[in-house]
Amino acid sequence: MSTTSSTVWWERPFIRDYGMLFVLLLLVVVFSFATLKEQFPIGEDAGKQVASEIIMQCGAGARVLVVTRDTAGDVLFAKATVDALEKAGAKVLANVNGAAPDAKQAIEKLIIEGKRIDAIAANDVTAKWTVYDRYPELSAAKRVTPKSYRWPDFLKVSNLLGVANQTAIYAIIAIGMTMVIITGGIDLSVGSLVALVSVIVAVFIRDFGGGVNASIGVVILAGFIGMTICAIEGGFSGTMITLFRIPPFIVTLGEMMMASGLAYKLSEGRSIPELPNSFFWLGRGETYGIPNPILLMVVLYVIAHIVMSRTVIGRYIYAIGGNQEAARLSGVPVNRVLMLVYIISGALAGLGGIVLTSQLSAGDPKFGLMYELEVIAAVVVGGTSLMGGQGKIFGTLIGAFIIAVIKNGMNLLGVDPFNQKIVLGAVLMFAVLLDTLKRRRSHR
Amino acid sequence: MASPAQLSQPPLLEMRGIEKSFPGVKALRGVDLTLHRGEVLALLGENGAGKSTLIKVLGGAHQPDRGSIKIEGKIVGLSNPMAANAAGIGVIYQEFNLVPGLCSWENIFLGREKGFGFVNRSHERRRAQELFEQIGVPIPLDKPCGELSIAQQQIVEIAKALAQDAQLIVMDEPSAAITPQEVRRLFKIIEDLRRRDIGVIYISHRLDEIFEIADRVIVLRDGELAGEDCIKSMTRQRMIELMVGRTIQNEFPKQSHVKQRIRLKVDNLSRGSAVRNVSFDIREGEVLGLTGLIGAGRTETARLIFGADRADAGNISLDGRKLSIRSPRDAIGSGICLLTEDRKGQGLVLDASVRENFALANLRELSWLGVMRSQLERDEFAKHIQQLKIKVSDQEQVTRNLSGGNQQKVVLAKWLQQNAEVLIFDEPTRGIDVGAKYEIYLLINELARQGKAILMISSELPEVLGMSDRILVMHEGRITGEIREVAKATQEQVMEMAVS
Repeated sequence: MSTTSSTVWWERPFIRDYGMLFVLLLLVVVFSFATLKEQFPIGEDAGKQVASEIIMQCGAGARVLVVTRDTAGDVLFAKATVDALEKAGAKVLANVNGAAPDAKQAIEKLIIEGKRIDAIAANDVTAKWTVYDRYPELSAAKRVTPKSYRWPDFLKVSNLLGVANQTAIYAIIAIGMTMVIITGGIDLSVGSLVALVSVIVAVFIRDFGGGVNASIGVVILAGFIGMTICAIEGGFSGTMITLFRIPPFIVTLGEMMMASGLAYKLSEGRSIPELPNSFFWLGRGETYGIPNPILLMVVLYVIAHIVMSRTVIGRYIYAIGGNQEAARLSGVPVNRVLMLVYIISGALAGLGGIVLTSQLSAGDPKFGLMYELEVIAAVVVGGTSLMGGQGKIFGTLIGAFIIAVIKNGMNLLGVDPFNQKIVLGAVLMFAVLLDTLKRRRSHR
Repeated sequence: MASPAQLSQPPLLEMRGIEKSFPGVKALRGVDLTLHRGEVLALLGENGAGKSTLIKVLGGAHQPDRGSIKIEGKIVGLSNPMAANAAGIGVIYQEFNLVPGLCSWENIFLGREKGFGFVNRSHERRRAQELFEQIGVPIPLDKPCGELSIAQQQIVEIAKALAQDAQLIVMDEPSAAITPQEVRRLFKIIEDLRRRDIGVIYISHRLDEIFEIADRVIVLRDGELAGEDCIKSMTRQRMIELMVGRTIQNEFPKQSHVKQRIRLKVDNLSRGSAVRNVSFDIREGEVLGLTGLIGAGRTETARLIFGADRADAGNISLDGRKLSIRSPRDAIGSGICLLTEDRKGQGLVLDASVRENFALANLRELSWLGVMRSQLERDEFAKHIQQLKIKVSDQEQVTRNLSGGNQQKVVLAKWLQQNAEVLIFDEPTRGIDVGAKYEIYLLINELARQGKAILMISSELPEVLGMSDRILVMHEGRITGEIREVAKATQEQVMEMAVS
C-alpha cells in the first residue's frame, strides 16, 4: 500500500490538536458583536478628560461644579476631575457625590451665595438629571461629560479578567482530569475534593491558627496539608484501581461520596468564614494587575504541557491510554504511572479548592458541587478522547474557556439560566460528535 | 471445479475494475475477480496488497470508488453488510464478528430474529443444531461464544453464513490461529461447501494449504491483479514471485552461529497447568525453535520468562547470573525482550505515531533527567527505518495505518534499540507477507551472529525447521521433545511430539 505525505488541511497536526481554538475565537467574535454597546468611561482617565474639556471650553479660570453619584467608580472620577481642574487653575465650587437632591441642595447654596457657574462636570448618569433645568442661573453653564464610545461589553478588560478568573479553578482541576482521561480513566471525586479541602483548610486555620488572626505560616501549612490530603485521596483511588482492578468510574464515584461526607462531617454542614486576610491573596490578589488565579493557571498549564509533550512521564501516560498491555510489555511501570496520575488529579483538585475558598472567603462543604462534570466537559470539549490515548493539555484550556465564554456571553445577553443549560449540553454533545467523526476518519 | 455447464451460466460473482482510495493511499487500482459456483478461489498477496480492502468491499463494509459487482449476472449494490448478506455473501473476517456474551445460536440469528420482537428460542436452537450437524462439528449450544475456542468460533461463523443462505463464503486467514487438526477439519468443511455448489474465497499466507484446497489462485500486489491461474499450473515459487514481484532464491536463509557458552538458562519454570516444569537453555548465537499446538504453553512460557505473568516456581539465569524478574520492566532491564504474538493487542499503541511506538521501550536511553531528547529519538529511529526498510511516510505516521509487515518492523526497531541479549520472538512472521518474512529471517541471522540468545516460537513447521538450530516441542505445558539435528528432521516428526 503506498502512502503519500500530503494530507488534507483538517488532518494537519495543529488543526487536529487545536481546532477548537478556532471555535473559541469564533465565539469571541460573535459575542463581541452581540454585546457591542455605547460605553461611558469612568474613573481617573475619564476625570482627566472631562477637566481638560472644561478648560478648553471655558478657559483656565473656569468655575466648575462637579456632580457624581457616590459609587466607588464615580468618586474616583470626581476626585480625578477636581485634581485636574485645580492643577489647571480652575476653581471647583463644589464636589457633590450623591443623589439628585444632594445636587439640588448644592446648586441652591451656590446660587444663594451668588456664585457664577461656568461648567458642570458630570458623567453619563448625572448629566441626565433634570435638576439643573430648574435654575435659569445654570442656563449658561456647560454640562461636560466623558466622551462615550462604542465597545462590546464582552471585550471589556474587567469582563475578560472576570471570565478568566472564574475559569481558572475549573481549568486547574482540568489539568489532572486531562491526564487521568488520557490514561483511559476518569476521576469523579474532584468536585468533592474541592469541598473537602475547603473545609479542611478553613477548619485548620480556625482551630489551630486562631481564625482571622492566623499567621501566614499557618495559612501556608493549612494549604499544604489540604493539598496533601487530597493527593492521598487520589493515591487511594489509584491504589484501588491498580491493585484491585476496580473500574475508575466506580472507585472515584465512591471516593466522591466519601469525600463529600467527610467535608460535611468536619464542618458540621456549616460555612467557615474565620479566615485571615493573608489567605485571600491567592484567590483575590493581583500581580501586575492580573488576578493571581489566572497567573497560577497559566504557570500550571505551561508546566503540564511540557510534562505531557516533552517528558518520559508524558509518554507513559499517552501509551497507557493507547494500549495498556502494550505499554506494560514495553516496560512501562503502568501501576506507578496510574497512581501518579490520580495523585496529581487529587492534588490539583485540592489546589483548585484552596483558590475557590480564598476567592469566596470561606470554607464550605457545599463548594465544588458538580465540578467534576464541568471539568470533564472542559476536557472533552478540548478534544481529549474518553477512550484514552489522545488529547492535549492546551486543548483542555481551550475547552474550559469555550464553556466559560459561552456562559459569560449568554449572561451578558440576558439568556435565562435554564436555556443556558440546554445550550451547554448541546455544546458538549457537539464536541464529542466532532471527536467521533475525527476518529472515524482516521480509522478504517 | 468449474464444469463446462457452469461456465455457460453467468459466474456466481463477477467484480470488475474495483477501485478504492483512502486518504493518502490507493488501496485498489481496478481489480477484476470472478468466482464460479462450487469453486474455491485462493486470494493471495502480501499484507497491504489490497486483499482485506477487496473483501471488505465484497462484504459491504467499504464502498468502492469505481467498478461493478455482479452476482449471477445481476449488478448488485452492496451499500452495507446487511445488503451483502441479502445478496448471499457471507464474509468471515479474521477478527470474528461474534458477540462474546451471547451463545452460538443467539449469534447465528443476531439481527435476523423472527417473531415481532420476541425470540423464537426453540426454533433458533433447533436450526443452529441442524447447521452444526450439517457442518459436522458439534458446538455446545448454550456456551457464550467468548468461551469457545477460536476454531469453535470459526464454526459458529460458518454456521451463521449458512443460516443466511450464503452462496459465497469469504474466509480471511481462517487457518492463522487454529491447530493443524482443526485446519484438516476446516478443509473437510470447505470440501463439503464446494460439493453444495457454494463458492469460497480463501485467503491465506500458508502456501501449502493453497495447493491442498484451492481450485484457482489469484494474486494481488499493490492493489492490482499480479497474476491469476488454475492451481495445477501454479508453483510455490511462482506464487511467491507474483506476491513480492521479484525472485526469492531461498525461503529460509538459515545461517548457524551457535557457540559453546550457555547464555539463557531456564529451570523448572511452572505456572498452574499452563506451564509445568519447563527447563531449557539457549547458547550464544543459538536460535532455539519452540513449537507445539496452540495452547501447548509456548506463549505462556515466554510470558513467564519476560515477567508478563508471575511464575509459581522456577529460576531464570542469564550468563550464569540468576535473575529476579517480577515485571516486563525487570526483564527488559536484565536484557530480555519479547516480541509478542498479538502485535496489535500487545505489541503496539496503534493510534500513536510510529516514532512514539519505537521509543516506548527505550525512553530511559532517549531522555535526560526525565525529559525526552527529541532529536536523539528521531535520529535513532531514522537509523532503524533505513536498516529495516520500514515503509513510512514520516516518523509521525499513525501506526494503525501500516501494513502488518511494517508494523512488525516498528516493533522490531523498538527491541533492537534495546540491544537486548535474549530475544524472544513469538510468531514473528504471523500475518506477514513473504518479503517482510525474509527480511525478518535475515535479521534473526544477524542477531545470532552477534551472539544473542534467540527463542523463536512458531506454529509454522517449515519456518521452525528452516530457521532453528535446535527445536523444542511442547504439549500440555510440558516439553515433550527435542530435536538436535534440525536438518534431518521432518514436519511429521515434530507433529508426532506435539500431539503425544
